Amino acid sequence: MSYKLIDHTADLGINVFGADLKDLFASAACAMFDLITDTDRLEGSREHVLKVAGDDWPDLMVNWLREILYLWNGKEMLLKAVKILSLSEYELIANLRFDNFVPDRHLVKIEIKAVTYHQIQVNKIQINSRPGGWEAKIIFDV
Amino acid sequence: MTIQLNKIDDYRWELPKTGAMRVPGIIYTSASMLKDIQSEDALKQVANVATLPGILKASLAMPDIHWGYGFPIGGVAAFDWDSGIISPGGVGYDINCGVRLATTSLTKKEISATFDNLANALNQNIPSGVGSTGSIKLSEKEEKKVLTEGSRWAVRQGFGDNADIMHTEDGGCMPNADPDLVSQRALERGKKQLGTLGSGNHFLEVGTVETIYDPVVAQAFGLFKGQITLMLHSGSRGFGYQVCDDFLAKMAKHVKKLGIDLPDRQLACAMLQSKEGMNYFNAMACAANYAWANRQILMHKFHEVLLKVFNISPRDLDMNLLFDVCHNIAKKEVHTVEGKEHFVCVHRKGATRSFPPGHKLLCDKYKAVGQPILIPGDMGSASYVLAGTETAMKETFGSTCHGAGRVLSRHAAKKASKGRAIYRELEDRGIIVRWTGRSTLAEEMPDAYKNVSEVVEVVHGAGISKKVAKLKPLVVVKG
Repeated sequence: MSYKLIDHTADLGINVFGADLKDLFASAACAMFDLITDTDRLEGSREHVLKVAGDDWPDLMVNWLREILYLWNGKEMLLKAVKILSLSEYELIANLRFDNFVPDRHLVKIEIKAVTYHQIQVNKIQINSRPGGWEAKIIFDV
Repeated sequence: MTIQLNKIDDYRWELPKTGAMRVPGIIYTSASMLKDIQSEDALKQVANVATLPGILKASLAMPDIHWGYGFPIGGVAAFDWDSGIISPGGVGYDINCGVRLATTSLTKKEISATFDNLANALNQNIPSGVGSTGSIKLSEKEEKKVLTEGSRWAVRQGFGDNADIMHTEDGGCMPNADPDLVSQRALERGKKQLGTLGSGNHFLEVGTVETIYDPVVAQAFGLFKGQITLMLHSGSRGFGYQVCDDFLAKMAKHVKKLGIDLPDRQLACAMLQSKEGMNYFNAMACAANYAWANRQILMHKFHEVLLKVFNISPRDLDMNLLFDVCHNIAKKEVHTVEGKEHFVCVHRKGATRSFPPGHKLLCDKYKAVGQPILIPGDMGSASYVLAGTETAMKETFGSTCHGAGRVLSRHAAKKASKGRAIYRELEDRGIIVRWTGRSTLAEEMPDAYKNVSEVVEVVHGAGISKKVAKLKPLVVVKG
C-alpha cells in the first residue's frame, strides 16, 4: 500500500499509487482504513465478498470506497486486507478480510464520513513516456 | 491560479461572468480576508456553481467561505423552481446541520456549581464522538415518524415543549418529507443515533451575554447582559450522510443522461421538475426533520443536566429556546427577481437564513424585529446573535454567514498545537473545555478558524444581517 495525504482546509484526501489497477484499488481501500484505524491491531478474522459496479474508472473507485466505508459507518466492520478477485472498468469483485469493531481493542483515529466525487481522478502514470503504474486522487469528507 | 475580482464596495466583490458561467459571482468579504479566500480554490467553486442551469442573479459567497467539495462552504445559490436544478452537493453531507440557542434567567454570578462540574456532567450525560449511539432506540415505524414530524415528534415524546416549535426555523419540520424515498442503509444508521451530538465541530456551549449591540432587538429576543445562555451545534448524523451519499450516486448517473456538462462530478444534480429532483428534495426533508428532532432532544438533555448540576427548579432556570437555525439545506422560498415574485430553490451550504422584520414566515414574537440568526465562533472567542434584514432579501435570497470558517486544515491545526496544552490556554481565558475524539481539541483549536468577529463585521457592514449581541463561551463540550 502506497499513498500520500492531501491536506485541504476543510477536508482530507489521498493520492494512492498502484503497480496495476488491481493494486491501485486494493491500496485505496487499505489507505482509507489506515487513516481510520490502527490496522496492526486487526486480525481479519471474518471474510466477505463484495461486488461493486461503476460507469468508468473514477466512478468505480468512488463506489468501491463508498461501499467499504459503509461497512464501517453502517456495520462497524474494520477492514484488514483486500484481495481483488476480478476487475473491469465497470465492475469489481473483491474478497475482504475484516473484524467487527471492539471499542476496547480497536482504535478510531479519525472519522471519515463520506467519499466524495470532488476532483476524483484515476490516471495512468507515464514516466519518460513509459508506463509507470497507476495513481488515484480521492477526497474524503471528514 | 488567482481569479480576478472587481471591488464593488468595502464588503462586496464581483467575480465577473466568464466562460460557461450563466451569472456572475458576488463575494461578501473584507480586504483583509480576501487573501485567504484567493489562496484556495473556493472562488473557482463559486464560478462552477454559476454554470448550473436555472441559477438566478448570482452565485453568492458569504464571508466565511472556504473550499468545499463541489459547492464552496459559505455558498448560497438560488435556482428557478420551474427551470432550475437541485443538487445534494449544494446542501452538503450533514443535511440540516444547525445551531440552537436557549436563554436562561440566570447570570454568571448566580451559578452555584463550578464550571468544571458542569463540563464533566455534560460530557458524561450527552453522547458524543465518532459513531456515538444514544439511549433512544427506534423501531423502523417510529423512525419514519421522526422523519415526517421532526421537532414535533420529539416534543410529543416529552423532549421540550410546544414553544420550542414556534422558535425553530420552519417549525422544525419540512412537510414534504417522504420516508419511502430513503434507503434501508439510511434508516439503519438513523435508528441508533438520535439524541447524539456527533464529532468534530459539533458542540455544546454554556456562555454568557458579553455585549448588547441592539437593545430593542435583544429585548425582543429575551437577551440581557451577563445572562447565561446554552448553545448547541449538531445535525442529522449518519442518517443525513447516507441520504446525501445515496442521492449523489443516483444523480451522478442521472446527470450524464441530461447531458449537463459539469466542471466537477460533485456538482451532480437533477432538474427540480423531475422525479429524480423531487425525490431528493423529499428525502432531504426527512434528514432535515431528523436533525431538528435530534437538536430538540439534545437541548432537552442539556436542560436536564443544568437543573441537576445547579440544583435548581425549571421555573428558576426559566430556559427558553431563542431560536434554531439550519445552515445546510435547500428550501422552496418566494423571492423577488427582476421585480417579479418567483418560487426558487435556495441552496444554503454553510449559510443561514436571514429573514427581515415583517416576513410572513416569522412567528409573532420576532415579526417586528426580524429572524434571530446564530453564528458560533471558535471555542476560544465568541459567538454572535444577529437579526435578519430587508437587504438580505434583496441581495442574498434572505441569507447570511454561518460561522467562522476554517483557515487551517485539521492536519495543520494538529501540527500547530504540538507542544501546547490547548485546554490550559483556554482555561486561562476562563473557558472550560471537554472533548471526546483523541484529536478533536487540536483540530478544533481557536487558531484553526477565521476570526468570527471579522466575519460578522462584513455581514453587518453589508447589511445582510445586523448585530444584536455577542456571547462569550464559559464551558464547551466537543464531540
